[in-house]
Amino acid sequence: MNWVPFEWLQYSFMRNALMAMLMITPLFGMLGTMAVDNRMAFFSDALGHSALTGVALGVMLGARDQMVPMLCFGILWAVLITFVKHHSRMSADTIISVFSSTSIALGLVILARGGAFARYSGLLVGDILSIAPEELPLLLGVLVLTAAAWCVLFNPLLLTSVNLSLSQSRGIRARMTEYGFTVLVAVCVMVSIRWVGVMLINSLLILPAASARNVARSARSYLLVAVGISMSCGVLGLIVSYYINTSAGAAVVLICALVYFVTLPMRRR
Amino acid sequence: MSEMTRRLLRREMDQCRLCRIDVEHLGVVRDGQVLLSDVNLHIHCGELTALIGANGAGKTTLLRALLGQIEHTGSVHHVRGDGREVGAIRTGYVPQQLEFDRSSPVTVQDFLAAAMTRRPVFLGVSKKTRERITRALERTRSADLIRRPLGALSGGELQRVLLALALEPQPDLLILDEPVSGVDSNGLDDFYRIVSDLRRHQHLAILLVSHDLDVVRRYADRVVLVQGTVIAQGRPQAVFASEAFRQVFYSKEAVEE
Repeated sequence: MNWVPFEWLQYSFMRNALMAMLMITPLFGMLGTMAVDNRMAFFSDALGHSALTGVALGVMLGARDQMVPMLCFGILWAVLITFVKHHSRMSADTIISVFSSTSIALGLVILARGGAFARYSGLLVGDILSIAPEELPLLLGVLVLTAAAWCVLFNPLLLTSVNLSLSQSRGIRARMTEYGFTVLVAVCVMVSIRWVGVMLINSLLILPAASARNVARSARSYLLVAVGISMSCGVLGLIVSYYINTSAGAAVVLICALVYFVTLPMRRR
Repeated sequence: MSEMTRRLLRREMDQCRLCRIDVEHLGVVRDGQVLLSDVNLHIHCGELTALIGANGAGKTTLLRALLGQIEHTGSVHHVRGDGREVGAIRTGYVPQQLEFDRSSPVTVQDFLAAAMTRRPVFLGVSKKTRERITRALERTRSADLIRRPLGALSGGELQRVLLALALEPQPDLLILDEPVSGVDSNGLDDFYRIVSDLRRHQHLAILLVSHDLDVVRRYADRVVLVQGTVIAQGRPQAVFASEAFRQVFYSKEAVEE
């Protein structure tokens, strides 16, 4: 059995990582489609950065399980950015940038107190191999919840991305839809940040959807292809990282990027 | 048989229950700036009412107030044929063709299904919904567009698809925000011929914001000239001959030429 390509599966940390990957990647493939459609790539990047503050707050509060403070902070932050965006005349990218840098700086200030940042620097790239079996159910729960929410949010998001006032004229509460979506992204970012990393999480959201756009011809195929690309790149990246002994998250993102460039010439127009 | 006739008649009356929309003393203030004040006008069913005016005169603001998308003072009453008031009415809206992401992989069918049903489009479109979409598109002579990507449509085609959507389900009031550019004159003519037919056969109240006085002259039954408030209204010929009209349009055109 030594020579077969399943050698990596004999280690339990690889099996756990595979399970985690199979739950994280469809999440991001799914959410990415509408993040791209609604031009929110920059916004989700800011949410990724906010995870740093989330972890920092968790550490500061001395919480044994940092997940709760992280989730609370992520949701609060997402709602706050969206609220300020709606109620300010300033351009969205400026506002997002302000929030993004604030959260990075705040996170660093807290985590680096007493020169302890080295302990948390792993957060920047994440480490999916360190996931424990008891952490898998949370991912599964989030995946199920997100898929359910997605069924409700997909049509309104699609319509709003084409024309805001048209969607409003058809009784869609566009703002509520946007808040719902941002909260969803925040939750997904927070539950996966330790495994994917602050620097890479946005790529995982944007790249599969961007690649899917190159080949998809309908909303249905867009979503299916995005999830498909995301999942296969995830598994492939994990295997590659095992054999060349490198960061799994980075390998996944690199393969996603490769898929993007390969599919780029397939664009119709 | 007679029962059925009666039922049909009743349905007919239900559809035409709205007769007139009375807008009284409508005003809009935003950030301390008065955008519209004391707007008074009536929109009648079976008629095409055109809003005209210079850029920034408040036409789109008035539209958005009527759509309930921005706050306003004053009142809007929906009146039936017998003079009684109806509560909420159904409004169909054809937006100006704003910028949207034309590279998005969304077909006409996806778009209409997303607007018309709750079933998430990625699960596929049911046969029943597809038939409904086809019927809606046929009404605006665009059934052949159903499989096309939304981003690949010409300006005129997109207008017709948006109109089909605005008419499904059948509205009491149809609001058309005409595109400033992007639709060629053939497309424009097609579009307004369809709209004219609708007004006549479906007894719709139609409110049109237009920048094209030629279109207004040809298709409108009534014209409302807006400049912060209503400065002239009536039959097209009467408004076009008014002093207010001359001041808004001729002085400007003279400068442009």
